[in-house]
Amino acid sequence: MFSYNFHWNQAFKALPQMLEGALVTLQIALLSMAIGLAVALALTLFRLSGNRILNGFATAWVEVARNTPALFQIYMAHFGLGNFGIHLSPYTALLVGIAFNNAGYLAENFRGALKAIPDTQTRAGRSLGMTPLQAFRYIVMPQMLRIAFLPATNQMVWAILMTSLGVTVGMNTDLAGVTQALNAVSFRTFEFFALAAVIYYVIAKAVTLAARLAATRMFRY
Amino acid sequence: MFDTALTLADLGFLAKGAAMTLAVTAVSVLAGTVLGVVFGVIRNQAGPYWSMPITFLLDIFRSVPLLIQLVLGNALQSILKLGWAPFTTSCVVLSLYTAAYCTEIVRGGISAVPATTRRAARSLGMTWWQDMRYIVAPLATRVSLPAWIGLTLGVMKDSALVLWLGLIELLRASQILVTRLQEPLFILLICGAIYFIISFPIARLGGYLERRWSND
Repeated sequence: MFSYNFHWNQAFKALPQMLEGALVTLQIALLSMAIGLAVALALTLFRLSGNRILNGFATAWVEVARNTPALFQIYMAHFGLGNFGIHLSPYTALLVGIAFNNAGYLAENFRGALKAIPDTQTRAGRSLGMTPLQAFRYIVMPQMLRIAFLPATNQMVWAILMTSLGVTVGMNTDLAGVTQALNAVSFRTFEFFALAAVIYYVIAKAVTLAARLAATRMFRY
Repeated sequence: MFDTALTLADLGFLAKGAAMTLAVTAVSVLAGTVLGVVFGVIRNQAGPYWSMPITFLLDIFRSVPLLIQLVLGNALQSILKLGWAPFTTSCVVLSLYTAAYCTEIVRGGISAVPATTRRAARSLGMTWWQDMRYIVAPLATRVSLPAWIGLTLGVMKDSALVLWLGLIELLRASQILVTRLQEPLFILLICGAIYFIISFPIARLGGYLERRWSND
């Protein structure tokens, strides 16, 4: 039917290398999620603070993160910051770009979750003598994180998929980068990338499953 | 500080890139939505057990990075000797990617229509098609339109990845200008502003519709 001979054994021989790349991918995704969560919490606090400058800053961050492509954000970190004399390595640029994106989306998730928590709870906490920060920390935040857990899981999967964009700024240690480097040597594009796709699929499914298990354990009463 | 080598012709070049972005998005969203509606209805009719093959296939498109999908699509079309242009390949891959997400939206929309409403329609003597056309379609559209707008914007942003196949869309166009003019920050800011101007009003419209239509 077609005159192309598949050489799967070449791809399978490179499997250990690609799995090492998958570890780097997972590492970047986890790091970017950790940074993203911390920044998103800060942005949520900014929005709740009632300070117009802080609120504007948080809103601007969220809107830019959600209305421009992730690839653009990574380009910005890699090429754009050069104007200020900041030259990031592909790894750092990728991490910064994805963390920026994660923070924006997670902050929006938190905002949605906050809507589900009645104002009266904060007021009850305040009238018990808590400071605003204490009321947020001990009453609102635990509930907010619980509601936002599943959307955050989706964001984690997104973060894993986004790490593949690193190859466009010259990243060559993550899964997509390793695959591209192998492809440049052998030109077995389909075989290598099909294997990479399978690995990405397995990682994404494993993360989803783990998050679901964690959710049932953490959130039972 | 504010002198730049950017000319009007370069801005035209960026505009052409933006037009390419919009063209790829329009074709992919159109084809993806048609496919998504078909798959969504099939999934709803067949039930979770019989639609497992479709569910699994579409899930792949949502769990594998789009960049890898594009590379695979391009490799596949050259293996099969289809001789597609990068534009066609990009649109086909992006359409399937859109369809995968759209199926979920359509399925959710259809299942949001109360079963009693549909039974009432059928007991009034409506056929399955009439029930779908006059009862389910309007109600489901109302539920799923905000999510669909979000999907369209997502595809618009994700279409930046087609630069990997050599298509000169907005981001690639600005990259070419950066290489020539060596003013990365300024040109990327313009590029980002264009994306933002396209995306932000539509995102706001989606949010407005969601608030407006969620009450009743």
